[in-house]
Amino acid sequence: MSAPPLLQIARLTKSFGMIQVLKSVDLDVAAGEVVTVIGPSGSGKTTLLRCVNFLEAYDGGSIKIDGREVGYVDSAGGKKRSEVDLASMRAETGMVFQSFNLFPHLTAEENVMLGPRRVLKKPLNEAREIARHWLDRVGLAHKAKSLPSELSGGQQQRVGIARAVALGPKILLLDEITSALDPELVNEVLDVVRQLAADGMTMMIVTHEIGFARDASDRIVFMTDGTISAQGSPDALMAQVSDNERLRNFLSRFSATTH
Amino acid sequence: MGYQLSFTQIWHNFDKLWYGLILSIELALVAIAIGALIGLTLAILYVSSGRIVRAMISGYVEFIRNVPLLLLVYLVFYGLPTVVDIRYGAQVSFVATLSIYSGAYLVEVFRSGLDAVPRGLLDAGKAMGLTPWQRLLYVRLPTMARITLPSLSNTFISLFKDTSIASVIAVPELTFGAQWINNRTFRIVEVYAVTTVMYLAAGYLILFGLRLLERRFRVDR
Repeated sequence: MSAPPLLQIARLTKSFGMIQVLKSVDLDVAAGEVVTVIGPSGSGKTTLLRCVNFLEAYDGGSIKIDGREVGYVDSAGGKKRSEVDLASMRAETGMVFQSFNLFPHLTAEENVMLGPRRVLKKPLNEAREIARHWLDRVGLAHKAKSLPSELSGGQQQRVGIARAVALGPKILLLDEITSALDPELVNEVLDVVRQLAADGMTMMIVTHEIGFARDASDRIVFMTDGTISAQGSPDALMAQVSDNERLRNFLSRFSATTH
Repeated sequence: MGYQLSFTQIWHNFDKLWYGLILSIELALVAIAIGALIGLTLAILYVSSGRIVRAMISGYVEFIRNVPLLLLVYLVFYGLPTVVDIRYGAQVSFVATLSIYSGAYLVEVFRSGLDAVPRGLLDAGKAMGLTPWQRLLYVRLPTMARITLPSLSNTFISLFKDTSIASVIAVPELTFGAQWINNRTFRIVEVYAVTTVMYLAAGYLILFGLRLLERRFRVDR
C-alpha cells in the first residue's frame, strides 16, 4: 500500500451567493507530484486553489493536508479554526499570485525574509541567509536590495516564488503566475518552476500555458463549470480529446493562438 | 494718504511674535501627535469591528466635523468646567480640544488609507501564515502610511493654522501676540503683515519636511 496523498480534496463545494462555483470536486495530490489545473475562465480553478490554503472558505466537503482538515476544526461548515491556527496551517502551503503581490515597502530580500523571520521565528541572520539562498536560486541575488517597483514583472514574480518557498512549504500553489507578464518574460518564470519541479516540490498549478502544462506536469486536470471534467497524465489527457467535446473546444482555442 | 509704514514698534516687540510662533508649533505638534494616536486607534478599530462600534466612531467623526472649531474651544474651556468639576489652564484646554478635533479628521484619513491597501497584499500576508496582528503590523500599516502621507501633510498644515484660534482664550500663541502688539501700537498693517509671513514660512517649512518624507516613502516611483 502506498503512502496516503499529501493533499486530499473530497466532495468540495463552494458558492458565492447564489452561484455555485465548485460542485463536488475530488482531487488528490501525492507528495512530489506536479498537478496542473486548466480550464475556461469561471470554471472554478482559482477558487479551488484558494480553498486549499483557506483564502476562500469552502462550504462542504473536505480538504486535508497530511491528514489534517485545513480550515475547520472537524468538517466543512462546522467550527472554523482560530486565526492563529489558520495562520500556522497556511504556513505549510506556499502561494504565488497572478499579480505578484510583493510588499511594496520592502526590498526583494526583506519580502523573502518576512516569512522565515515572523512565521518560522528564525533569528535575523538565519532569515537573511534563507532569503539570499532562494533569491540566488531564482537568479536574483544581485537584486536583493531592490524594491519591487525597481524590478521587472518577471523579476517580481521570481521574488514572489522565492518568498513562497522560503517557508519550506509542503505544497506550492501557483495561481496563473504568468498571466500578468509580457510574453518575453514568461519563460524566465516558468524555468524557475521547472527547476522546483525537478527538485521534487509538490505543486498545484493553475495556468493558461498549455504547452508548459504538457511538458512540466505529472498530471493535468481539466475543469469546467466547477467540476473536473477530465484528468490524467499529459499523454492520457490528450488521448481523451476525441471523446470530450469541451476539452477539444478548449484546447482548439489555444492551438489557434499559439503554435 | 498720510499712512507711513513703520516697523520699529513691531521689531521692538518681536519676542511676542517669535515666542508665539514657537508656542503655535508646540501646540500643533502635541495636538497632532495625540490626534494621530486617536485617529489611528479608532481607524484600526473601525475596520476590524462590527456595526455598533463603527456607528459610534462615525458619530464622533460626524459631530466634530460639523461643529466649528471655535465653538468647540469655547465649549471645552468655558462650558465643560461649569458642568463638571474639572480645572485646567487655557493651553491644556486648547490642546485637548485640538487633539479631539484633529483625531476626527485623522480617523477618516487613516481609515481610507487602510481601505486602500490592495486586497492582494493582505492575501499574500495570509498565505504566508502571518497572524492577523502580524498582517496589520508588517503589511497593512506600512502600506497605509505610504498611501496616506500626501493627505496627512495637508491635514497637518491646516491643523497648524488652526492653532490661531487659541488666541480667543488668551493662549499666547502667534495670533495672540499679534493682537497684543496691535492693541498697544495700532500698527495693524505692519503687525499682521509680519505675522502672515511667519505663518507662511513655518507652513512651508513643515510642508517641505513632509514632502521629503513622502519622497522617501513613496509606494511607486
